[in-house]
Amino acid sequence: MNINATLIGQAIWFALFVAFCMKFVWPPISRALDERKQKIAEGLSAADRAERDLELAQEKASANLKDAKDKAAEIIEQANKRANQIVEEAKDQARVEGERLIAKAQSEIDQEINRAREELRKEVSALALSGAEQVLAREVNRDSHKQLLDDLAAQL
Amino acid sequence: MAASSASEYIKHHLGNLTYGQLPAGYERSCHGHEETLSDATWTFACNAQEASDMGFAAIHVDSMAWSGGLGILMCLLFWLMARKASPNTPSGMMNFVELIIEFVDGQVRDSFHGKSKLIAPLSLVIFCWVFVMNLMDLIPVDVVPMTFQWIMTTFFGWSAHEAYFRIVPTTDPNITLSMSICVFFLVIFYTIKVKGVGGFLGELSFKPFEAGSTVGKIALLPINLVLETISLLAKPVSLGLRLFGNMYAGEFVFILVAGMMGTWQAIAAWPWAVFHILVITLQAFIFMVLTIVYLSMAVEEH
Repeated sequence: MNINATLIGQAIWFALFVAFCMKFVWPPISRALDERKQKIAEGLSAADRAERDLELAQEKASANLKDAKDKAAEIIEQANKRANQIVEEAKDQARVEGERLIAKAQSEIDQEINRAREELRKEVSALALSGAEQVLAREVNRDSHKQLLDDLAAQL
Repeated sequence: MAASSASEYIKHHLGNLTYGQLPAGYERSCHGHEETLSDATWTFACNAQEASDMGFAAIHVDSMAWSGGLGILMCLLFWLMARKASPNTPSGMMNFVELIIEFVDGQVRDSFHGKSKLIAPLSLVIFCWVFVMNLMDLIPVDVVPMTFQWIMTTFFGWSAHEAYFRIVPTTDPNITLSMSICVFFLVIFYTIKVKGVGGFLGELSFKPFEAGSTVGKIALLPINLVLETISLLAKPVSLGLRLFGNMYAGEFVFILVAGMMGTWQAIAAWPWAVFHILVITLQAFIFMVLTIVYLSMAVEEH
């Protein structure tokens, strides 16, 4: 337990080891630890940001969904209205068409009636003429009374 | 066991392997072989008397080798880990080293509020180095010394009595006091760096008894100077002797148990070894914390 130069030797070891650790050990490790700390902090804040972003996106998405629903409802309503309109128009058209057809048929019927009447009249006048001829065979000259007979036929 | 009696066994275990200078005219008496030195001679001390007669011009080779070797191992481990250090996920040994570094860094941040690149690595070295030096205490007391004895007697022709060997550097007061004196010089250096020479001397002269007037200050100066100087010098002495005392006492118990029980020490020393794990860690921790505290006191106004 003598005090001797070991004091100095140990002091030299001590200084060497402290200097070594100060230069080659502490700075790189403590830098790495600091960087990791920063990385973790960044990661956490990024996670926070992402969470906020997600919330915003969800809000936006639900707003969009609501918009779309509204729009869809509007479109359906419009479509319904339009469909009703089309049906109404079709009904109108059908009615008009029907009326037109009826009118056309009526006019054709009228024409037929007129033609029939004309023919009937011609036939009656011919019959009357032939009757009158037979009655007045002698007195009436077909050529001299032609004018008269035509007038008569026209009047019938 | 080489020593013939328990007392010699213990003495032999408490002797360091000392290399030093014996003065001219010194009468050596190494186990029956007597000679008178004609010149001052550098040699290994062959007994405790010679080691003591060598005075300051001697060095404890075993303490130096073990403290240096353990320190180099420690630095090597740290250096390998420092080269691998990255902000990515650590693995294996890196976890352990980072744990220690963060622990030391926390202690430094808690107590030392100045800015210094030195304090943290200094604390790291003190804590880990003192810890591994203390740890040698857990190796059964005879294993390494007897191996050394066998090597020296077989290959170098030493006698068994000459082959002193201690493997726990912190049971050598030179080692602990050397470290505490280094810390002491750092304390003075930081005090002067931060407060100037005037501040340093002022702290010694005008505290702890303070006076308002100049006359009072001068009147209180001698007692202040005495008290503060004693408290300043007590720091390195208590720091070094605390570690030395604890480790020496612990080793002494191991040696006593081994001396009394021989091979049975394996059973008897086991409970003490388990308890000693606590002492080893605690003393390393205390040495580090007190270093930090002393240095923070040096740079802070109080």
